[in-house]
Amino acid sequence: MSRTPILDVPLGDAQLAAETRALEHTWAPARGIIGFFAEVDHKRLGMRFIITALVFFALGGVLAALMRIQLAVPENKFLGPDLYNQIFTMHGTTMMFLFAVPVFEGIALYFIPLMVGARTIALPRLAAFGYWIFLAGGIFLYVSFFLNIGPDNGWFSYVPLAGPEFAPGKRADTWAQLITFTEVSSLAGAVVIIVTIFKYRRPGMTLDRMPMFVWAELVTNFMIIFAMPAVMLASTALILDRLVGTHFFNQAEGGDPILYQHLFWLFGHPEVYLIFLPAQGLMSTLIQSFSSRPIVGYLALVVALVSTGFMGFGLWVHHMFAAGLPEIGTSFFTAASMMIAIPSGIQIFCWIATIWSGKLKLEPPLLFALGYFVIFIIGGMTGLMVASVPLDLQVHDTFFVVAHLHYVLIGGSVFPLFGALYYWYPKFTGKMPNRRLGLIGFWLLFIGFNLTFFPMHQLGLQGMPRRVYTYLPGLGWDTLNLAATIGAATMATAVLTIVFNAAYSLLRGEAAPANPWNASTLEWSTSSPPPPHNFYPERVVASRDPLWKDPPGQPIITGIRSDRREVLVTRVLDAEPDHRFHSPNPTVWPFVFAVALTIMFIGSIFTPWAVVWGSIPPTLALIAWTWPRKKEINDEAHPPDKAKPQLESATGPA
Amino acid sequence: MIQSVLHSAGIQAARVESLWWVMFWVTTIVTLIVLFVLALAVRRASQAAAEAIDDRRLMRVVGLAGAVTVMILIGLLVRSIVTSRAIASERIDEAMQIEVTAYQWWWAVEYQHPEAEQRVRTANELHIPVGRTVAIKLLANDVIHSFWVPSLAGKLDASPGHEAVLWLRADEAGVYRGQCAEYCGHQHAHMAFVVIAEPADQFERWIQAQRQTAHQPTTEIEQRGLKLVQQGACVMCHTIRGTAAGGRTAPDLTHISSRSTIAAGVLPRDTGHLTQWLTDPQAVKPGTRMPTLSFRPEDRAAIVAYLEQLR
Repeated sequence: MSRTPILDVPLGDAQLAAETRALEHTWAPARGIIGFFAEVDHKRLGMRFIITALVFFALGGVLAALMRIQLAVPENKFLGPDLYNQIFTMHGTTMMFLFAVPVFEGIALYFIPLMVGARTIALPRLAAFGYWIFLAGGIFLYVSFFLNIGPDNGWFSYVPLAGPEFAPGKRADTWAQLITFTEVSSLAGAVVIIVTIFKYRRPGMTLDRMPMFVWAELVTNFMIIFAMPAVMLASTALILDRLVGTHFFNQAEGGDPILYQHLFWLFGHPEVYLIFLPAQGLMSTLIQSFSSRPIVGYLALVVALVSTGFMGFGLWVHHMFAAGLPEIGTSFFTAASMMIAIPSGIQIFCWIATIWSGKLKLEPPLLFALGYFVIFIIGGMTGLMVASVPLDLQVHDTFFVVAHLHYVLIGGSVFPLFGALYYWYPKFTGKMPNRRLGLIGFWLLFIGFNLTFFPMHQLGLQGMPRRVYTYLPGLGWDTLNLAATIGAATMATAVLTIVFNAAYSLLRGEAAPANPWNASTLEWSTSSPPPPHNFYPERVVASRDPLWKDPPGQPIITGIRSDRREVLVTRVLDAEPDHRFHSPNPTVWPFVFAVALTIMFIGSIFTPWAVVWGSIPPTLALIAWTWPRKKEINDEAHPPDKAKPQLESATGPA
Repeated sequence: MIQSVLHSAGIQAARVESLWWVMFWVTTIVTLIVLFVLALAVRRASQAAAEAIDDRRLMRVVGLAGAVTVMILIGLLVRSIVTSRAIASERIDEAMQIEVTAYQWWWAVEYQHPEAEQRVRTANELHIPVGRTVAIKLLANDVIHSFWVPSLAGKLDASPGHEAVLWLRADEAGVYRGQCAEYCGHQHAHMAFVVIAEPADQFERWIQAQRQTAHQPTTEIEQRGLKLVQQGACVMCHTIRGTAAGGRTAPDLTHISSRSTIAAGVLPRDTGHLTQWLTDPQAVKPGTRMPTLSFRPEDRAAIVAYLEQLR
């Protein structure tokens, strides 16, 4: 048998061209203004999520810059306490709920079908709904902020400070309802991603051949399903206390403010891992691609992800050590919080082993991955310190924790994210990013980050609490705060450089080949950017690294119709072909449903009757969404092509 | 004034400080080793002809590093629990009892005594005798606050409806600054206090003085100040023992001029700052519960004169 490269197609040229044209036509994104709102294409939805989340990242960054200007010198009058408190609340809420979780959801929607070799995501209309409701929540939060009803009780919104007695007005309701928006969006996205991973994998991609990023997203989205209900309970009970006078958290009537903290952190700590785990998948991806060898310790890395997913739910009390809980209980959480360092350590060791035995390509994405090591390891080490009860009681709620959490989240998540966005930029746009701008962006970000956040460790140890809008001179905090502000300016420059690179490369970048980095996963087997149907023809996967290891002439999948949006559904464990499925066409109903739900959510801040009357339009929209269409019924009843999907052996001429 | 975890002046903070240095050195050394190995790996993999290594050999090294990690973690865990227990063992029955109630945004302090009239009330300033263990019962009047004097002990939340006790012992005389550590609204930033640790005899003199009722005004302007205080809104919130002022929702002013600051550690207590505070408290501390009262300048001066003799 002749050895042919994987993209060499054994079908006749004319047949191939006709089939490709048919697929392009069938899977073409929706057109026009209505098409914009009806979109169900996974790449467009993913890109919308990513861009929207990055816009919120920029807004959150502007808020951070305002805070750093205020804190640059003691007793600064730049921002008053009222505005400052809103700004730090908005910053935390934006970064956690409107940037970090959605941006990874967007990457997952864009790349998981491409990585598992599918034509689209499962439940694309649900994904579209998830996007619209996320966008509505974000706009709602910022409109509220500009109307001076932005939340001001911290991203955690503790009671009784956020309760009816101490937070009159609508600010705390805005926060609680934003949570409703984002949790509905995340839950919708989680279902889409899990089903896509389980049922849409290319034949041959058994579970133990899935790319590491797919594993990371699988664990993350299961965590979303278990974590979000806790905060849903907390925020809904908070709204009920405020709106209809229930007493869930009213201590005077037998409620308990500490219960709120438990519920919040039962979600809040897993939330950290929702942000962190996808980035671990990105790290494995980047390290493998730029070390030019398969990742070392695939099984260990998967076990590390899964065990982190489980352990992430057992640590929440370390946010509450100062609340005066019984000591035996807190020691358990110290132990659990320290032990979660084991899977993180194993991952880091596997990556170092991969680099050690690989052949490095020193491109900007790899630098971001290396930056992760420096920053995240420091953040992990301070994590051990805050896990220790006695030490935490000293540094809790100080700038030490501000430093810690930014080392963990920016180092552990944003650096791999920026590396991955650079890495996938050619796939998104078909253009190569500018390497020199990439390097400048990385170094500015790395230096700026450390200049901003490293001094905060010292500030915390010297007694500076978090969430203070100003401080008195003479406490030894002045120089360190000024340094942090200069660092923040450097970070802003870095982000502008990166944005400039993205825009510049879009206009001036060289055309990107299908696989510019010589990576091994399926998204690089198709053109840059991918065609609407992602792949044609589709070859059965035979290894973890199909583009490096698969033998040439793998069988081609045939029997999937090209005249309608048809996908091949496979079995969960072994990805054997199971049945064909008609993936839904574009429709505006998810958008209409999201708008109707938005009106109900916002209305319910003002009157409980909004829940009663406001539930009618969303119900109607849901009915319209799921109403069977004649054309689709006919299609199902009389499939013109009854051929079962099959794997044709590709034995064409050389 | 000292407000630093790394400048401990009491047994509780000293134990944490020593734990801090253990963790600091262990984690620093581990970080440096890992980054050094990473640097070696990058150097090796950047060279043209690095030989291939068997994955199983690599995984043995990963497993070994994992085992060392587990051992270090267990070591740190044990060290942390030992510190916790050592701090817990400092709780003794014969400790001096002080009750601290957190308000938005100041601290009410009450020295406990079996006889009600022997109790001493003050605000935003604690005096404690050096070398004696103090049990501070923490309460909150409104929202959750957190009592934190870094040089003496870790923080503890004061929550409405929950009673918490913080134990501390100052071993060095000095003035230690503390401040609220749990976000509690508008003026969270300006909710400070001081702990003054002094020799036992000095402390005894201080508490005896605090037990006295308010000093009677002597000069004419001071007397006019008292009259204005008693006729005005002050009495609604503040207490001045021995006068008609008996409000309990704001700091006790009976001995205000024995204290070093006003407005919960925001301003030094002197004529100029007292005047500034009485003129426009909202400008100093936006959102404070202290209202802006429109005094004529000469009335304000009289009130300040009266307050300044409340030693």
